[in-house]
Amino acid sequence: MCLAIPGKVVDAFDQNGMRMAKVQFGGIIREACLEYVPDTKVGEYVLVHVGFAISKVDEEEAARTYQLLEEMDQLTELMAPVVNERGGEEEGP
Amino acid sequence: MKYLDEYRDGKIARKIVDEMHRIQTQPWVIMEVCGGQTHSIVKNGIDHLLPEGVELVHGPGCPVCVTPLEMIDKAHAIARRPEVIFCSFGDMLRVPGSDGDLFTIKSQGGDVRVVYSPLDCLKIARANPEKRIVFFAIGFETTAPANAMLAWRARQEGLKNVSLLVSHVLVPPALAAILSSPLNRVQGFLGPGHVCAVMGYEEYEPISEKFRVPIVITGFEPLDILQGTLMTIRQLETRRAEVENEYSRILDRAGNLPAQKLVASVFSTGDRKWRGIGMIPNSGYHLRPEFEDHDAERLFDVAQIDTQEPAICISGEILRGLKKPRDCPAFGTLCTPQRPLGATMVSAEGACAAYYAYGRHLQGSGSVDVPVHSIGAA
Repeated sequence: MCLAIPGKVVDAFDQNGMRMAKVQFGGIIREACLEYVPDTKVGEYVLVHVGFAISKVDEEEAARTYQLLEEMDQLTELMAPVVNERGGEEEGP
Repeated sequence: MKYLDEYRDGKIARKIVDEMHRIQTQPWVIMEVCGGQTHSIVKNGIDHLLPEGVELVHGPGCPVCVTPLEMIDKAHAIARRPEVIFCSFGDMLRVPGSDGDLFTIKSQGGDVRVVYSPLDCLKIARANPEKRIVFFAIGFETTAPANAMLAWRARQEGLKNVSLLVSHVLVPPALAAILSSPLNRVQGFLGPGHVCAVMGYEEYEPISEKFRVPIVITGFEPLDILQGTLMTIRQLETRRAEVENEYSRILDRAGNLPAQKLVASVFSTGDRKWRGIGMIPNSGYHLRPEFEDHDAERLFDVAQIDTQEPAICISGEILRGLKKPRDCPAFGTLCTPQRPLGATMVSAEGACAAYYAYGRHLQGSGSVDVPVHSIGAA
């Protein structure tokens, strides 16, 4: 569970005083916190671990790593339910 | 997609292995630290590609595996309470405690929720002010910045109903503990890439120097692991003992400074028990006193739980590189991922579970003639 998953930042915004992003992983989009990589811009790629970007990566690295993680069946954390602002659970993406 | 093939190109792999053959003059034992690396090695049969005499042993780098049974039982006791919403990463739900797992508790009416990010707990807490939200904060240094942010934000927002059951572990003290053992066999390490993406690798330098061992910070892709192993063998053969960075496309010596800063504001280091290994001094994170209102261990009066691990389980010796899964008489028979007896079988990233997943329990013991399908097959 310590492997971070690369994805593309498709939106960046402030929410509850935190820098947040929507990050695309293959066909899945999830929210991620950008507080630890604050200069990240839309269109860039980041390594995300449990909802936090921990470093930037380039596009080639991201594509290759993502495919390897998929083959290793290491993408299941992305399937965790989405918790909405009302604290309720929606279906996983 | 040329670049997708580069890191598992059979020709490059062969070149690296040829170079290992060329420089290697004696047997070496090298430990990969990270559970993701173990998984990749077993899946791709990388250990079987190496020259005879270069042995990869599998380290303690799976946080789910090394979370002590007492802590799991404590989590379960808290999760059973009617006023609690217990939140956890998905990996922990199937890990059995002394009496069932979190799924069992959920099926018996406990409010157990899988979260993607620790920050999800904040949303759940805001929406359920009458409930107590407890997050099972496990992990290595990679996960610590995320878990630290939960504690930080809960305190900042005054969300008194959020607490963390912290069972965080740290890699460098575990390496020092392995090397300090009189039984130690490990002569070099493949360091954990994503842990070092957060922490950098400065703190590995005194360990490398003190114990005279090469530590090569390595990624988890097949060619990363081969390259990291070659770099380790090269150091061993030339009697060097340094920290080198195979994974420089992702990380540098300093790591992620904003993440380290927040982790240091929320956690202090202290002793921590590791499943299968026992107590390792200063090997864990604990919440600082400023966060005591969010410390589940303090808030929930859970009696000290005594647990007994099955005597047959050799996971402690596996985690220290002294034995392999197939040295265990229970491996694949009494002990399977469905009914794990110990640390290295409870998560897919544990050595025993990885060996089992890729059919190594079906091979005759000592067999190394496994075909390597993945490398070069892309």
